Amino acid sequence: MSVAVLAFPGSCDDRDALRAVALMGAEPVRVWHADSDLGGAGAVIVPGGFSYGDYLRPGALAALSPAMAAVRELAAAGGPVLGICNGFQVLTEAGLLPGVLRPNAHLQFRFQDVALRVQRESAWLPGVVAGDTLEIPVKHHDGCYFAAPAQLEELDAAGQVLLRYVHNPNGSVENIACVTNAAGNVAGLMPHPEHAVDPLLGSVDGRILLQGLLDQAVAVEAAI
Amino acid sequence: MSTIESTPLHRSLGLTDAEFERIRELLEREPNDFELAVFSLLWSEHCAYKHSRRLLAAFPTTGERVLQGPGENAGVIDVGDGLAVALKVESHNHPSAVEPFQGAATGVGGILRDIFAMGARPIAILDSLRFGELDAERQRHLFARVVEGVGHYGNCVGVANIGGEVEFEAAYEHNCLVNAMCVGVLPADRLQSAGAAGPGNLLVLYGSKTGRDGIGGASVLASQGFEEGSEAKRPSVQIGDPFTGKKLIECTLELLDQGLIVSLQDLGAAGLASSTSEMAASGGVGLDVDLSAVPVREEGMEPFEIMISESQERMAAIVEPSSWDAVAAVCRRWEVDATVIGEVTETGRLRCFHGGEAVGDIPVETLTEAAPRYEVARERPARLVESAAVAEDPATPPEAALRALLAAPGTASRRWVTRQYDQLVGSGTVVRPGGDAAVVRLTPSDRAIAVSLDGNGRRTWLDPRRGGMSAVCEAARNVACTGARPAAVTNCLNFGNPEHADIGYELAEAIGGMADACRALGLPVVSGNVSLYNEHDGRPIPPTPVVGVVGVLDDAALAVRAGFRDEGDVVLLAGAGASALDGSDYQKVILGETAGRIPEPDLGAERDLHAFLAAAAGRRLLRSAHDVGGGGLAVAVAEAAMAGNIGVRVGKVADLFGEGDGRVVISARRADVAALRKLAGPVPLQRLGAVGGGEIAVGPARIALAAAVDLYEGALPRIMEGGA
Amino acid sequence: MKVTVTVRPRAGILDPQGEAVRRSLEGLGYAASDVRAGKVFDLDLDVGDAREAVRVAGRIAEQVLSNPLIEEFDVAAQEPVRL
Repeated sequence: MSVAVLAFPGSCDDRDALRAVALMGAEPVRVWHADSDLGGAGAVIVPGGFSYGDYLRPGALAALSPAMAAVRELAAAGGPVLGICNGFQVLTEAGLLPGVLRPNAHLQFRFQDVALRVQRESAWLPGVVAGDTLEIPVKHHDGCYFAAPAQLEELDAAGQVLLRYVHNPNGSVENIACVTNAAGNVAGLMPHPEHAVDPLLGSVDGRILLQGLLDQAVAVEAAI
Repeated sequence: MSTIESTPLHRSLGLTDAEFERIRELLEREPNDFELAVFSLLWSEHCAYKHSRRLLAAFPTTGERVLQGPGENAGVIDVGDGLAVALKVESHNHPSAVEPFQGAATGVGGILRDIFAMGARPIAILDSLRFGELDAERQRHLFARVVEGVGHYGNCVGVANIGGEVEFEAAYEHNCLVNAMCVGVLPADRLQSAGAAGPGNLLVLYGSKTGRDGIGGASVLASQGFEEGSEAKRPSVQIGDPFTGKKLIECTLELLDQGLIVSLQDLGAAGLASSTSEMAASGGVGLDVDLSAVPVREEGMEPFEIMISESQERMAAIVEPSSWDAVAAVCRRWEVDATVIGEVTETGRLRCFHGGEAVGDIPVETLTEAAPRYEVARERPARLVESAAVAEDPATPPEAALRALLAAPGTASRRWVTRQYDQLVGSGTVVRPGGDAAVVRLTPSDRAIAVSLDGNGRRTWLDPRRGGMSAVCEAARNVACTGARPAAVTNCLNFGNPEHADIGYELAEAIGGMADACRALGLPVVSGNVSLYNEHDGRPIPPTPVVGVVGVLDDAALAVRAGFRDEGDVVLLAGAGASALDGSDYQKVILGETAGRIPEPDLGAERDLHAFLAAAAGRRLLRSAHDVGGGGLAVAVAEAAMAGNIGVRVGKVADLFGEGDGRVVISARRADVAALRKLAGPVPLQRLGAVGGGEIAVGPARIALAAAVDLYEGALPRIMEGGA
Repeated sequence: MKVTVTVRPRAGILDPQGEAVRRSLEGLGYAASDVRAGKVFDLDLDVGDAREAVRVAGRIAEQVLSNPLIEEFDVAAQEPVRL
């Protein structure tokens, strides 16, 4: 299974994501923002960083790139797409995920390990159940998730909220850390699963989400 | 600008009459204004190290690991497995005092460029910061904005920030210190040089456009002067653009991977003027530069403005003509502007043109080699005393003193700072900041480096020579605490006005002490920076040498952390260095003064201690190791307990709060203590107590672990935000 | 009284945000030779008249809303909003 990792000018965690994909036993494919196809990959990671310097609005300029058109196509076909941090911002700006990420309520960049409460069983979270806790680091300035009350009700009702912060690090509404689209195949989160894969560096809970990405890609491929 | 009429131009530009005479001699004619501007910058303290060069010769600069010593953009050492590490620390004090956010951000941007100019991928940033006391709103603002600026650039550019230090002293109130260090990794066989070579090769400028940024003192040359309402002509603050900085890193590394570059140089202080003359001088060639080819951001820039602009995010490269198309293609891919602005010649001269017209013609060696070097006058400051013996305050119980120290801005947790920095990007941060040194794996290799950046202005003020020695010992000891073997030094010397004899003394003595320590510990100095004239209203900052040490760890999995681990582990003090309250945090916080004389570090014992720590870590005998630093043994033990989130019981100790070099708090499994003692050789090991429980007890000072954490972790958030 | 303060980078000061937006516009086929990005502040000031509002807003802009080293600003009085 190969996984595309997008690279925009200003992406920072793309190399980390490529490495994490390889550690998971899949084949990482680097896709340049100007490329119009995903190199045959069955899954996509839109990585963290500061694409286009976060200028205008985080993710706004990256959402306009040719590679994002290819991501839309894959997503429409049911392929799994994971947006991490800046990638989450890109996916919301691209309209592939609901809501928007605003500056942290305390207006500071925040790096820390956070505890995340699993909300429900999901293809994104193989082997864990509602109520379990994952530990994954966050590092961002604009990670305050916001959606209008009516939209939040819809998200809750449809089970699109996968993870909530145990202690909210950024002011996100309803402690939301990770949401999916309605179909469930596109997910975004501010915490960095690709930075929680190596026991020497800390938690390995990030492997769960990456495994979820790979599992779904295999399932989609098998269905075709 | 009446000064222009009344003051000769060279003086307005900061050149002395004697220096001006010397320039006329060297050129055998009158310099024109353009040439004088170039001379004034290249012969400035910043570029020429006029007052420090002779003293810096005391540093040892060679060693078996050294691939590149001082003189290039950064020093480089061999760390094994075909890998090399580039390191350098640099000051950005004055720009940060003017505009703290941009000053700090561009400081980080500048040091990053120094590292990738060597062909290295930057993997870690450290910052060493000094401000006035935080009870003043202005100082809190400076501190907050500088931290934000450091974080902004490093976070956006995707290089992990792995620590550093912060000090607060009234003496830095009007002259904050912002020193940034960067470490990068490169294949040992791909070391880059700045030396231009190959007459006929092209000089390529790539990166941001050139504006009137940081033209500063030379603005007296602007032909129209500053008329009313022509504010746009005012020399501008440099603005950091980490997005372009990031593109510049990736673009440069791709150019190097493809073998497209002959030599490489970043544009820093004095812009094109210094980078072109350095490239030409170190390659022993000449350069012809067409300033009208330089892409500019503003209309009507004069040739001298283009030549000396300090616009950020620019690099200069020498490229063979046959490679130019490929270079341009790589730059286009990264959306980085690249322009041919000149070529290498055999003339040995820096010749500048603008619109076909010659504007300057200077023999390169007159700008570099022939720059003046002064001997500094030295006179021992009257404040220095031969000896003193500061005693604990009988009215303050040890427990109260420990509490006060844990919550003092100088001693308390730096997490409020480090949580604003991305510590993980690059997938290498094995030991995060907060302990002694951070450890970064050279992913994908298993090898790792430990890095520390330390200084202590207060202690150096009491004894510049011992302070210099101590700064080297402390930085190296922090690295050794992780189990790494200290390998090389970079340093930043922050001092007052060297034309004053007492500052000359401080500079010479501190450098001498540092050099002695480096020699004794087998540490070559491979790069560095000098920042002089740090003063306000004639009052200098304390002498503040800041030392960065990189150590090598063969296997990242062997890295030792600062925190205690398990109930029942034995706590020991390794080393028996002399300690005293003179210049200590205790003296400052409890006694309210800084006075006396710090103890002399025992350099031989220090070296033995570092060797012991590396050997013990290599045999996996250490559960933890933590340097005894600010706040003395009591605070060191408390910090190790808090880092491990477990209590500790230490019996009676002779000196709770004294500070000095050569001591480390370690812990080990009970069963390993005998093996440790055997390994220790000449290093004294004193049993202090045992790990366990929910209380920190050091002799008579006892505090619940949770209460200690609240004081220690909550101190800076409470000061900065009025809450945790 | 409602006033609007517009803060923008001083002429000649590098504006990384404007430049990044300009490049993106170029990529989308819009020809833009320059883009400068600034900030807009709408203030509702408790003062007597529009002239006073502009004067006070100018002082606020100078002291707080802009950094005179790198930014310039202008102030405009708004028509009071009528419902």
